[in-house]
Amino acid sequence: MNELMRKLLFLPEQGSAYATEVDRLHFFVITVTMVSAVAVAVVALAFFVKYKRRSERQTTPHVEPKAIHEVLFIAVPLTFFLLWFAIGFPLFVKLQTPPKDAMDVYVQGKKWMWKFAYPGGPSGVDVLRVPAGRPVRLLITSRDVIHSFYVPDFRLKQDAVPGRYSQTWFTASAPGRHQVLCAEYCGIGHSAMLAEIIAMEPAQYDAWLAETRRSTVATAQDSPEDRVDPRTSLSEQGRLLSGEYGCFKCHTVDGTRHIGPTWLDLYRKAEPLQDGKSVVADEAYLTESMMDPAAKIVAGYQNVMPTYQGRVPGPEIAAIVEFIRSLRTDAVRPEPSKGPVYVPVPGYDPTSAR
Amino acid sequence: MSQSLATTPPAPADAPAYNPRNYLNAEAGIASWLLTRDHKRIAVMYLVVTTLSFALGGFYAMLIRIELLTPGPTIMSAMSYNRMFTLHGVVMIFLFMIPAIPGVFGNFFLPLMLGARDVAFPRLNLLSLYLYAIGAAIAVYGMIHGGADTGWTFYTPYSTTTVTKVVPILLGAFVLGFSSILTGLNFIVTTHTLRAPGMSWMRMPLFVWSIYATSVIQILATPVLGITLLLVAFEHAFGWGIFDPARGGDPILFQHLFWFYSHPAVYIMVLPAMAVMSEVIQASARKNIFGYKAVAFSSLGIAFVGFFTWGHHLFTSGQSTLDAGIFGVLSMFVGIFTAIKVFNWTATLYEGAVKFTTWFAYFCGFLFFLVFGGMTGIALATVSLDIHWQDTYFVVAHFHFIMVGSVIMAWLAALHYWWPKMFGRLYPEGWGLVSAVLIILGFNATFIPQFLLGNYGMPRRYYSYPERFWPLNVASTAGASLLAFGFTIILVYLAISLRWGKVAGPNPWGSRGFEWDTLSPPPTENFLENPVYTRGPHDYTEAPEGAEVTHAT
Amino acid sequence: MQPESYVAHHYPNLRQQEHAARLGMWLFLATEILLFAGLFTGYSVYRFLYAETFAQASEHLSVAAGTINTVVLITSSLSVALAHHLVQHGRGKAAALSLLVTLGFALVFLAIKAWEWTHDFHEGLLPGRFFTNAELTSTGAPMFFTVYFLMTGLHGLHVVIGMTVLAILMVLCWRGAYDHGYTTPVELGGMYWHLVDLIWIFLYPLLYLI
Ligand code: HEA
Ligand code: HEA
Ligand code: HEC
Ligand code: CUA
Ligand SMILES: [Cu+2]
Repeated sequence: MNELMRKLLFLPEQGSAYATEVDRLHFFVITVTMVSAVAVAVVALAFFVKYKRRSERQTTPHVEPKAIHEVLFIAVPLTFFLLWFAIGFPLFVKLQTPPKDAMDVYVQGKKWMWKFAYPGGPSGVDVLRVPAGRPVRLLITSRDVIHSFYVPDFRLKQDAVPGRYSQTWFTASAPGRHQVLCAEYCGIGHSAMLAEIIAMEPAQYDAWLAETRRSTVATAQDSPEDRVDPRTSLSEQGRLLSGEYGCFKCHTVDGTRHIGPTWLDLYRKAEPLQDGKSVVADEAYLTESMMDPAAKIVAGYQNVMPTYQGRVPGPEIAAIVEFIRSLRTDAVRPEPSKGPVYVPVPGYDPTSAR
Repeated sequence: MSQSLATTPPAPADAPAYNPRNYLNAEAGIASWLLTRDHKRIAVMYLVVTTLSFALGGFYAMLIRIELLTPGPTIMSAMSYNRMFTLHGVVMIFLFMIPAIPGVFGNFFLPLMLGARDVAFPRLNLLSLYLYAIGAAIAVYGMIHGGADTGWTFYTPYSTTTVTKVVPILLGAFVLGFSSILTGLNFIVTTHTLRAPGMSWMRMPLFVWSIYATSVIQILATPVLGITLLLVAFEHAFGWGIFDPARGGDPILFQHLFWFYSHPAVYIMVLPAMAVMSEVIQASARKNIFGYKAVAFSSLGIAFVGFFTWGHHLFTSGQSTLDAGIFGVLSMFVGIFTAIKVFNWTATLYEGAVKFTTWFAYFCGFLFFLVFGGMTGIALATVSLDIHWQDTYFVVAHFHFIMVGSVIMAWLAALHYWWPKMFGRLYPEGWGLVSAVLIILGFNATFIPQFLLGNYGMPRRYYSYPERFWPLNVASTAGASLLAFGFTIILVYLAISLRWGKVAGPNPWGSRGFEWDTLSPPPTENFLENPVYTRGPHDYTEAPEGAEVTHAT
Repeated sequence: MQPESYVAHHYPNLRQQEHAARLGMWLFLATEILLFAGLFTGYSVYRFLYAETFAQASEHLSVAAGTINTVVLITSSLSVALAHHLVQHGRGKAAALSLLVTLGFALVFLAIKAWEWTHDFHEGLLPGRFFTNAELTSTGAPMFFTVYFLMTGLHGLHVVIGMTVLAILMVLCWRGAYDHGYTTPVELGGMYWHLVDLIWIFLYPLLYLI
C-alpha cells in the first residue's frame, strides 16, 4: 500500500523512518483532498442534472439553511483540518529537536555549492558522507544569500540564512545515495547547486573518517578514476594537482555545469565567449585561462576565477593541461556518475569566513 | 426577505434592446475617456490594461514552459529564465490579478448594485487608474532595461545585492500598491455612504460584501508592503543595511513584513473571485443563495483571520517551533470560511432551476479548483508536510490552482456573465463552451503534473533540472499550450462580439441581480430613475413580470 | 456660492457628501499609520536584538531638540484646529493667518531637524555603511541610525506634504473660498496635520527618550 501510493504520487524513495511517517500523513491528506474536491464537483453536477431549468419563467422556493447545516459545514472540515494538524505538528516538532546523541555536521551554503565540515575535520564540497542508522544533526548557515538545504529522500528542508545557524537532523535508514538540492532561489547557479549525501555502512564510514583524518594529502575521493584515462601518469598527476589547487570547487569533470564550465570535453572545443567571439580551447588557451582568467570570459559565466599566475609552477601547469586533455566523454564509463569530486580542505573551519 | 416586488423600476418591457444613449457613446473623443469620472468608463479602461497585462504575463509563462521543455538549456540562458519567472509573477500579481476583478467589475457593478450613480470619489477613482498606469510604466521601464531576477518575493539579501534592475520594479509595485489602496478606500466609502434607499446592509448583493472585505484588506495590508518594498529599493540603492546580515540586519524580518501583506494579498485576489461566483451561482440556479449571512460574513472572516497566517510561508526559515504551530493552526481556521462558502454555493443549486451556460461551466471549474487548490493549501499548512513541499512545484501548483484555476475562472465567468450588460451584446455561446472546455482541460494538464513534480522533489525557480523530472514537465508544457489556445479563442470572439454580437437586451439571463434592472449598456447616470429597494437581490420566488426573457443559445 | 452647490451629482445631499469625505480621510489616515507601522516593526525587532546599543545610541541624540520639536508640533496642531474653527465661523482671513502660523511652526520644526541631522552628520552618526562614529562600536549602532533616519526622514517628508496642503488651503481661505459654510477641505487638511503630529508623538519617546 505504502509503495503503491508512493509511486502513484511520484514521491521519491523513503530514505529515513521519518520520511515514511510523513508520507503516511501525506497519503491521508491528499486522499481526502481528492475525494472532497471530486465530491463537491459531482454534487454540483448532480444538482444540475436533477434541477435543470425547464422554463425561463420558472420560480424557485426560498430555502433557508437550518442552523445544523451551517454547523456541519464548519464542523466536518474543521475536524479533518485539526486532525491533520494534530498529526503533522508533532512530526515537525520531532524534526526540530535532534536527538542528543546525534553527530554534528556543519553545512554552509555559498553561491553555488554546499560545503560540509565535520568538527575535527575533514571538510569538503558537495559530498556529505554519513553513517547509516546514526542520527546526524546539520547546523546550517550561508555565506552570502539565502539557500535552502533540501533532501527529497528524507522529506527534509532547512533554509541556510546568512548570519544565523539553523538546524535539522536525519537518520539514513540504509546505505545509499541521496540527492541534495538548493530550494531557495539564489541566482544563476540555483538549479545547479546540487550535492549528494552518501550514507555508508557505519563500520565503513568510521574507517573512511579515520583514513581521511590521517592523510593530509588532498585527494579527490572517488569520481575521477572513473573518468580519466589512466594510461598517462602525467594526467593522473594533473588530477591530484587540480584537487590541491581547489579547481574542483568550481569545475566538474563529469559534464555538469558548476561555477565554472566543466572540463569534460573541453579540450579542442570551440568555446563561446561573453563578448560574442569564440575561441578554440587549445593548450595555449587553457594555460591563459589559468594565468589570466579575466582575459576571456566564457559566455554565461561570471568572472570569479582567481588568477594562478605565479602560484603554479610550469611543470604543474603542464600536468593540469594534460589532465584536462584526457577528459573525454569516450573515456568515461557509461554508468551514471558516482557523484561530484570531493576536496578535503585540512583545518577548514566553517564558522570563520574565508 | 419580503415577498413584494421591487419598486426599483426594472428596465421597462418596452425598453430598447440596445440602449442608444449609453455611457460608451455619451461623449466622444479620446479626451472624454482620459478625463472621465464615470466609474463605468474607468472600468472599461481597466479592462483594457489588465487584459494587456494578462497577455504579457501569459507570454512570459509560455516562455517559461518552453524553457522547461528539456532538462538542460532550451531557448534561453539561466539569467533570462530568472528574469522571466520574476516578471511573470510580478506582472500577473501586481499588474493583472490584484486590479483585475475589483478594478473592472468592482468599479462597474458596485455602484450599480447599490443603486448609486457613481463611486464616492470619482476623481480619486480616475487617479487610481492613472497611478496604475504610472506604476505599470515604471515597471515596464525596469523590464525593458534589464528586468529583475529576484522572484516576485524579492527575498533579501539576494534582492538587495543583485545587479539587475530591481529598483524600478520595486518602485513600480509601490505605486501600484497606492492605486490599489485608493480603489479599496473608494469602495469602502461608497458602500457606507451611497447605498440607495432601502438598500440595507443585509440586502446588499453578496458581490458587494466580498468586494467590501477585499477593500478592507487592501487598505490595511498594502501600506505595509509599500514601505517594505521601499526599504528594499533603498537598501539596494544606498546600502543602509536594514536587511543586511553583514550590518546586523535581519533578512527574515523582510520575509515577515513581505508576507504580512502578501498572504492577505492572496485573499485580495480570491475574494473578488468569490464575489463574482456568488452572483453567478444565483443567476445560474435562478435561486437565492443558501445561507446569505454565512456567505456574507465568511468574507469578513477571511479578511480578518487572513491577517494572522502569514508565518506559514516561513516554516523552513528557522522560525521557532511555537510560531510555526500557531501559524499552522490559524491557517486551518481560514480554510473554514472558504469551506462555508463552497458548501453554501453548492447547496444553492438544490431545488434550483439550473441552466448550463458558459459561465456556469466556469463555475463548475472554479468550484473544483478552489476546493482542490484550497485543500492543498491546508495540506501545506500542516507544517511537517510543508517541509518537503516548500519552494517546490507543489507550491507552484497550489497557487496556480487558486489563482489560475479559481480566480481566472471567476474572471472569465464575470466577463461572460456581465458582457451583455457592459457592452449590450451577447458573446457566441457555442464558442464560449468550446473554449471553457479547452481551458478547463488545459488547466488540469498544466498544473496536475506540477503537483506530482513537487512531490517528486523538483524545486521551483529551476532553470534546468535533473532528468527524472522530464516527462512531467513535458506534460505541463503541453497543457499550457492548450490553455493559451483557449484564451486566444476567447479574446477573438469577445472582440468580434463587441461589434457583431447579437444585441442582448437589458436582461438576457433573466437574472434578478440589481445591476440588470437598468438598460444595457447602462446610461451615464446608471438609472433612469432613482432606485428604491424593497427586496434583496436574486429573489426568484415569483415569476419575473414582463415579456418572456430571451436567452442566448 | 451656496454650500449646496458643492454637492456632486451622485450625492443626495451635502451632509452625506461630507460624511463620505470624512470617512475617506479616516481610512486614508489609517493607511498612513500602517505605512509607518512597517518601520515601527523594524524598530521593535532591532531594539529587541540590540537593546543595549540602542539605548546608548539614543543618548547621542539631542533630547532638547527633540523636546522642542515636540512642543512646536503640538502647538502647530492647535493653530490648525483654530483655523478650522475660524473658517467655520466665516472668518476666512483670520483662518488663513492661523494657517500661516502653523506653517511657521512647521518651518521651525524642519529647521531644528536639519540642525540635528547636520550635527549627526559631523559626528559620523549615519546609517549603515556610512556610519563612522568612533565612540559607538557595537554592531547595532549603525542600525539605530538607519532606523532613526528612515523614521524621521519619512516623517519629515510627511511634514513637507502637510505643509503643501496647508499652504494651498491658506491661499483658498484668504480668497474666501470657504466663507459660506462649506469647510470640509480645511477640516480634512487639519486631520492630516494632526496625523503628522501624532506620528511624531510616537517617534519622540522611541527615538529620544528610551
Ligand atoms: C489567491 C491566492 C491564494 C489563496 C486563496 C491561497 C489560499 C491558501 N493558501 Fe496559499 N499560496 C498562494 C496563493 C494562495 N493561497 C501563493 C501565491 C503562494 C506562494 C507564494 C510564493 O512563495 O511565491 C502560496 C503558498 C502557500 C503556503 C506556503 C507554501 C510554501 O512556500 O511552503 C501555504 C502554507 O501553509 C499556503 C496555505 C494556504 C491556505 C491554508 C489557504 C486557504 O485559504 C485555503 C482555504 C480553502 C479551502 C480549505 C478549500 C475549501 C474547503 C472545503 C470545501 C472543505 C472540504 C473538506 C472536507 C470535507 C474535509 N499557501
Ligand atoms: C495571477 C497569477 C498567475 C497566473 C494567471 C499564472 C499563469 C500561468 N503560470 Fe504562473 N506564476 C505566478 C502567477 C501566475 N501564473 C506566480 C506568482 C509565480 C511565481 C513567480 C516566482 O517564482 O517569483 C508563477 C510561476 C510560474 C511557474 C514556475 C516558474 C519557476 O518557479 O521556475 C510556472 C511554470 O510552469 C508558471 C506557469 C504558468 C502558466 C503556464 C500559466 C498560464 O495559465 C498562462 C496562460 C495565459 C496565457 C497564455 C495568456 C494568453 C492570453 C491571451 C491571448 C489574451 C487573453 C485575453 C482574454 C481572455 C480576454 N508560473
Ligand atoms: C572560484 C571559482 C574557480 C576556481 C577556484 C577555478 N576556476 Fe577556472 N573558471 C571559473 C569560471 C567562473 C570560469 C569561466 C569564466 C572565465 O572564463 O573566466 C573558469 C574558466 C576556466 C577555464 C576555461 C574553461 C572554458 O570552458 O573555456 C579553464 C581552463 C580553467 N578555468 C581552469 C582552472 C584551473 C586549472 C583551476 C585551478 C588551478 C581553476 N580553473 C580554478 C572559476 C574557477
Ligand atoms: Cu542556492 Cu538556490
Ligand atoms: Cu499564505
